[in-house]
Amino acid sequence: MTTPPNVSAAERGGRTELTAEGSWTAPHAAELERLVDSVSTDPALMRATAINMRGIEAFDTYGAWLLERLGRPGPTRKEQLQILDLDERYAGLLEEVHHVNRKPAEPRRAPNPIVRTLETIGRTLEDVGRDFLQFVNMLGALGNALVGVLLRPRSFRLTSAVHHLDRVGWQAVPIILLITFLIGGIIAQQGFFHFRKFGADDYVVDMVGILVLRELGVLIVAIMVAGRSGSSYTAEIGSMKMREEIDALRTMGLDPVSVLLLPRVIALVIALPLLAFLGSMAALYGGGVVAWLYGGMSPDIYIARLNEAISVTHFKVGMIKAPFMALAIGVVACAEGLKVRGSAESLGLHTTASVVKSIFLVIVLDGLFAIFFASIGM
Amino acid sequence: MSIAVRNIRKKFGTFTALDDVSLDFPTGELIALLGPSGCGKTTLLRIIAGLEWPDAGRVLLDGQDASHRHVRERQVGFVFQHYALFRHLTVFENVAFGLRVKRRAERPSEAAIRKRVHELLDLVQLGWLADRYPAQLSGGQRQRIALARALAVEPKVLLLDEPFGALDAKVRKELRRWLRRLHEELHITSIFVTHDQDEALEVADRIVLMNKGRVEQEGATNEVYERPATAFAYSFLGAVNQLPGSVQGQGIKVGDDLIPANTNSLALGDAAIAFARPYELKISTDSTSTTGLAARVNRVLLNGAIARIELVGETVLNGSGRPPELEVELTREELAQLELSVGQRVRLVSQSLRAFPYAAGQ
Repeated sequence: MTTPPNVSAAERGGRTELTAEGSWTAPHAAELERLVDSVSTDPALMRATAINMRGIEAFDTYGAWLLERLGRPGPTRKEQLQILDLDERYAGLLEEVHHVNRKPAEPRRAPNPIVRTLETIGRTLEDVGRDFLQFVNMLGALGNALVGVLLRPRSFRLTSAVHHLDRVGWQAVPIILLITFLIGGIIAQQGFFHFRKFGADDYVVDMVGILVLRELGVLIVAIMVAGRSGSSYTAEIGSMKMREEIDALRTMGLDPVSVLLLPRVIALVIALPLLAFLGSMAALYGGGVVAWLYGGMSPDIYIARLNEAISVTHFKVGMIKAPFMALAIGVVACAEGLKVRGSAESLGLHTTASVVKSIFLVIVLDGLFAIFFASIGM
Repeated sequence: MSIAVRNIRKKFGTFTALDDVSLDFPTGELIALLGPSGCGKTTLLRIIAGLEWPDAGRVLLDGQDASHRHVRERQVGFVFQHYALFRHLTVFENVAFGLRVKRRAERPSEAAIRKRVHELLDLVQLGWLADRYPAQLSGGQRQRIALARALAVEPKVLLLDEPFGALDAKVRKELRRWLRRLHEELHITSIFVTHDQDEALEVADRIVLMNKGRVEQEGATNEVYERPATAFAYSFLGAVNQLPGSVQGQGIKVGDDLIPANTNSLALGDAAIAFARPYELKISTDSTSTTGLAARVNRVLLNGAIARIELVGETVLNGSGRPPELEVELTREELAQLELSVGQRVRLVSQSLRAFPYAAGQ
């Protein structure tokens, strides 16, 4: 058990000297603070010019700070209190604390909820505006690089594009097929369950067909690609940025946009429509399987009904959206990747931001397309 | 190629990275940009390379304004702190990369590329690693490969951003010597950023000392070390004893002791700080003397030819309420003459103490 802290005063040659004892440590912080405050409010003791620290048993940051607070010149004390005989091993700690809080803290403004809300809205809007600018900037840079490639086709990095096509396209096929197959099945099951009450079993096929081809097939696939490939683009580009590889490319006279970003975005723009097609087919297949096993609708009837319910227009509406969604995902992923700064934390942050923003954009785009197609009667 | 920057300013948000910096880097010299972290030295290097744009000011390469020249037209070789080697390429391909990506008209033939890469790998003494991947190399080897890669495109200027910052002390020491030898062979104008004063003192012809976005002092390496122009320069370069006090009479009053010092530029009573390198302080064992700083010997370290004496002042510094801690270096012979013992009271004097204005919290 450590001895509690204590401060006593003694007259010595007309000068008051304080003597400190005990443990000036965190476990005694409350006591110690009371002690120091009682000394600081006693005018007799505040005339003391020195404090003797020989009797200190233990000393930590709490003790150092309270000692510093006691010793600092202030309204009640004219001169710095001299600190005598403090064990040398604590000297560094005291020195450190000596430089802390030299300026009085600024008084905190009374938080006004309205002002705070307005401030939050303002800052968020500024962020949104900046994001938009970065998006447009990246789109422009990619467009510029694309023009450069079209003028000099040999400068296109075909190997890189094929490599990324393999990664974001071919390797994504199994998971995309599985998920969309299940989604198709679930829609059909729900349809049968609810439509059966009205004897409208046949219309389940209409619902599955139209929903999948127009909206869900491409949307689900785009969201999955954003999570799977968009995030990996951001992480790759971000880690190259972190390791200064992108700067290294630039010093060697290469444009990172045309070397690193363009092949990736082109691969995505090619891969997403293909995946959306495969995904839609898998969803229709899933719907058919459920219709057969759960709804008792034979495959022949399902196909015949599908043939009547859907048209090429529905298919086109879905497929037209795919490359635009791919572009949005690619641009967001690249822009976020280039925003990564030196730390691993920033890499994680931007990877998350990339996924969130691209999924958001994909859904917004889908909405805009819905309005567009409705207005042209597709 | 000579480099000059004129009135460069750069801000990141509200943080001023460079504040009106003008410097000249003559052809063929190896110059160290030295300063604590966050002083703007890396930003300056990146502006010279064209990786970053200044808010105001010009960069002159060979006397011509290159402020608007693209990084690839500036013909710089850049070596990064974390090597920035391409992980999926072998050492050979990394070095060859800069040559292979040149436009067809400027690109050397395959045979010429092979020859040049092997020459460079021999130059950095790593020819035997040509087929390895960067991940299989040690830090020091990677940095040498990064240097070979930077040299492959025959740069007119070599810029090194804390090139040895990520290496351990022993490798760092080897590479410093090696870099110096390499520079003597190639004589490319080189600028080299570091926060390690020993590194700067050992490798560079000239030192530019920076602090808080401004140039604190520039000059030949020895000159900067021997004649620091400001308090910051003194405290940043080399080991130093700091004696804060106030100007009084012909010296500076540190606690209760008056020490003779050159206080030309200061008025009586001003807060001041005096600096003395450990070898500049002399120990006087004369107990009747009243000049100099009274101190007690705390520890005597004998290490090779130089003895280091650690002392604690008898007086208390005004600012912190604590006695100053001091360090003195003596030769073995001097130590033997003085016959110092631990706890002995001595006085410290210096022939060439210079006082600088002192701002609290410095």
